[in-house]
Order: sequence, then structure tokens, then C-alpha cells
Amino acid sequence: MDACANLTGHGCGIILASIINGTMTGAVYALVALGLTLIYGVLHIINFAHGTLLMLAMYGVFFLNQIVGVDPYMAMPVILVAAFLFGYGLQRYVIGKTSHGRDEITLLVTLGVSIVIENLALFFFTANERNIRVPYELAGIDLGVTYLLVTQMAAFGAALLITATLWMFMSASDTGRAIRAVAKERQGARLVGINVEHIFALSFGIGTACVGAAAALLAPRFAISPRIGYTFVLIAFTVVVLGGMGSFVGALVGGFIIGIAESVGGLFLGESLGQITISLIFILILLLRPSGLFGEKLR
Amino acid sequence: MLEVRDLRAGYGAVEVLHGVDLDVGDDEIVAILGSNGAGKSTLNNTISGLFPPFGGAIRFDGEDICGAPSERIVERGVIQVPEGRRVFPNMTVRDNLLLGGYRRGRANRKRNLDGVVAVFPRLGERFTQHAGTLSGGEQQMLAIGRAMMAEPRLLILDEPSLGLSPLLVEEMFGLIRRLHEEGLSILLVEQNVMESLALANRAYVIENGLITLSGPADELLDNPDLKRSYLGL
Ligand SMILES: Nc1ncnc2c1ncn2[C@@H]1O[C@H](COP(=O)(O)OP(=O)(O)OP(=O)(O)O)[C@@H](O)[C@H]1O
Ligand SMILES: [Mg+2]
Repeated sequence: MDACANLTGHGCGIILASIINGTMTGAVYALVALGLTLIYGVLHIINFAHGTLLMLAMYGVFFLNQIVGVDPYMAMPVILVAAFLFGYGLQRYVIGKTSHGRDEITLLVTLGVSIVIENLALFFFTANERNIRVPYELAGIDLGVTYLLVTQMAAFGAALLITATLWMFMSASDTGRAIRAVAKERQGARLVGINVEHIFALSFGIGTACVGAAAALLAPRFAISPRIGYTFVLIAFTVVVLGGMGSFVGALVGGFIIGIAESVGGLFLGESLGQITISLIFILILLLRPSGLFGEKLR
Repeated sequence: MLEVRDLRAGYGAVEVLHGVDLDVGDDEIVAILGSNGAGKSTLNNTISGLFPPFGGAIRFDGEDICGAPSERIVERGVIQVPEGRRVFPNMTVRDNLLLGGYRRGRANRKRNLDGVVAVFPRLGERFTQHAGTLSGGEQQMLAIGRAMMAEPRLLILDEPSLGLSPLLVEEMFGLIRRLHEEGLSILLVEQNVMESLALANRAYVIENGLITLSGPADELLDNPDLKRSYLGL
């Protein structure tokens, strides 16, 4: 206890507490990053619409809650499926059709899509911040060093569960194999009868579904506005670069590292400066290990 | 079985094949010979549906497959082992083979997997190894094994002996003969003129996107033009 205090000016307890809090949030960062890294790994494009889709999904959760009275966690399956279908359609009928397989066009199309959606959101939803109130908002368990909210634990557990499910799907199902095949050898994939355009759209759909799930997990804890996507997608980019573009394990490990770094950084530098830690990490990786911690494998 | 009529194909605005006619009959081995850049792989890939043809007709068992997407063509049993193998480097040998049965032969996948391992014991020993770390010869075996998983009716082989040691080349031609004896129709693209003609029933010579010579393999073997251009005699 005292050793910690001498070193840092804080007690061990409070550091432990922020590590725990960071871990909880990190799992959701990992989920958002997972979607991004999957899309990158398969389509070799950076999806600039990722954050915007997260924002859209959060509004979905919000309106389901306000209008229909659905609990955000209960809304998750609906949002997940809707996000999947939206992502699938977006890739297959908009991005895929307009880009003619050229990466630089794809990039611009995702950017364009995100600008359009964001402005529509500003117009229809206004710039006002929205909050979802849940009755168990303050419920939690006292760990001694920190008070852990139910919403934090739910986000942590669900994010891990989804990541694990996706991992199994990718390694053991035929569709998962087809996705991995398309990621590295498109012509070979066509020659075994894989419909590559379908797999592209499927990957985009799954990536968007990750964001849909994340939206349900974040909505009870963060104020929703048309710009909310940026906060998380910037973090997700850092996570993906840290973990290694296209790496599943990288996204998971990176999510935790960033979550913890942000929370511990916030402890020392204050809430608003805590974000600097993330940018610092980002720059350090680019300097020291541009391929990220886990290279560029897609598993 | 396979009928190609007046096929024109290429990439973008560049026409590579300027009207190719070709047939593969039931239980035939047909060889396609031609120098580098003649358009052999373009022909294969157009038959396999990787690139849309500019014009002409491709029929398989009387059915028009010209311009159909590759998965529909695989579904009918036209399976290609491409030039450069095109195995999935990031995946295990087992996953590569399983994907061979992704579109076709799925019902018998387990049995076919055992069959492939019986033909290529080497692949069985390396089941969990990533395909990208296999030797060139092993990758070629894997590519053929992957094709066998799809229960081909017509097997298209694009330079299967490329990059193999002389001993493995012998083995490869032995294997092709065995597959043929088991009743498979084969379209064989090769630079190994003598070996291919010894194996094939009929052959075509393609030059600059046109068939310039065709006929029974044993007749071509004696053809003075062929001897001159390919064997330097
Ligand atoms: N993807 C492509 N895009 C544009 N042009 C191509 C493409 N693939 C091949 N070509 C061109 O088409 C022509 C025929 O190539 P093809 O690969 O069919 O020859 P090939 O007979 O298989 O030769 P090789 O024996 O060297 O394999 C060549 O001039 C080549 O440059
Ligand atoms: Mg070729």
C-alpha cells in the first residue's frame, strides 16, 4: 500500500480500481475493434462508417427504449440482427456496387456514407444528448476497492461472450473458413465455389453486428448524440493498430490494454487528459512496431 | 462433355482469346500446349467463371455455363487446380481440404477427406500445418487434394508440374493417369510437351489466343510444326 503511494501518490486500491474499471470498458472497446478488424482483414479496407454505424445503433437502442419500452440489453438481439442486415446490404448493394473493387474508392464511399448518415442523424435526431435511464442504473457490487456497476459487468460479460462466439464461428464453421479463405486468397476461394461478394457482405454485416451489440452495451452508460461514434471509433482504430490490423486476438488484447491505459491515465492526468494516453500509445506503436502486437493474421 | 465455341475473352479492354474452339469428351484427357502468354490460363479461368467472356459459348453437358458465376460452375463439377496453386496460406491443410468440399461433395466430405489422405499421405501428416508453410510440391498436392474434395467431373489442371523436381513430375503424371483411369475427364495445360502428349488422348496448341493445331495426341507427336516450335527439332 505504502509502496504504491510512494511511487505514484495514489493508493494501490485506487489503481487497482481503475484497472478493474478499465478492463470492463476494454471488453467493449475490443468488441467495436473486432468489427473493424474483421472488415479490414477480409475486405482490406478501413471502414470509415464504423463509428457512424455505432451511433445509429445506439439511437436504435434509445428509440426502442423510449417508444417501445424495451430494456437496452433485451434490445440487443434485435439491434444485432438489424445491424447485421444493414451492414450486409450496405456492402453488397452500395459499397460493393460503387467501388468496382478499387480500395481508394471504397474508402471514399464509406466516408461518404458516414457523412450522409451523420447529417441525417443531426437533422432527425438533433444534436441534443439523449440518455437511457434503467432502473438498475446504480445497482452493483462492492468489491472493497471499487464499486462495480451491473451495467459495467453486463457489458464486460456480453462483450467477451460475443467475442468467444465469433472466434468459434470463424475457426470451426464452414462460413468462418470461407471468410478466412477470402481474406487471403480470393481467386482460390472462387475456385472452390465460394461466392466472394456474399462473403464480403457477410463480413461487413458481422462487423456491423459487433457494433450493434456494442451499442446496446454502451447505451445505458453513455450519453447518445450524433457525434458519439467518433469517441469510440477513434479508440477502436487505436486498438486495431495496437493489436495488429486484421488480428482477432490483437483486437481483444488491444481492447483491454487501451481500456486500462485510458482509465489509469485518467487517474493520473485527470478525466479529460486521460485520452492522451491513448494517443501516446498510438504514436508509440507506429514508431516501434507498426504491424502491431499480433502481426496481421486473421483468425 | 465440355464444348467451347468461338470463345473470346480477356481483361478489361484487352482481348486475349480471339475465338477458341475446344472439346473435351467423356473420359478424355485433353492437353493444351502453348508458349508463355498464349492465353492458356485465360482460357481455364474463363471456363471456371473467374472472368466474364467477351463472346462465344461454353457448354458443359449441353448446358450453357458461359458467363455463369464461378460457384455455379463448381457446383456442376468443373473444378480447376490453378496455376500457382492458390491454396489458403493462412489456414491448416485440413481446413484447406474441407473448403474443397464447400460447394460440392459436401455430403461425402468425411469419406473424401480420407480418400485424399490415402492418395497423399504427406498431407495427412501435415493436417494441422498452415498451407503457407508447405513446400511447393506439398502445396501442389494440397491444391489437387482440395480439387478432389469437390468430386470433380471435369478436372482442369493448369501446369501441375510447374516447379516440381523431376521425380515429383513423374509422380504427378502418374497420378493424373490414375485419376483418368478412375474415370475422370481432364483438361491438362502443360509445358511438358512430350509427357503430356504421351498421356493425352487429344491435344490443342494455342498461340496468341488462337488454336493453331489440334488432333489426336499421337499424331501431334509426329507433327513437324510442333516439333519445330516446341522441341526445337
Ligand atoms: N489478370 C490479368 N489482367 C490483365 N492481363 C492479363 C491478366 N492475366 C493474364 N493477362 C495477359 O493475358 C495474356 C495471356 O496470359 P495467360 O496467363 O492466359 O497466358 P498463359 O498461356 O497461361 O501463359 P503461361 O504459360 O506463362 O502461364 C498475357 O499477355 C498476360 O499478360
Ligand atoms: Mg498460365
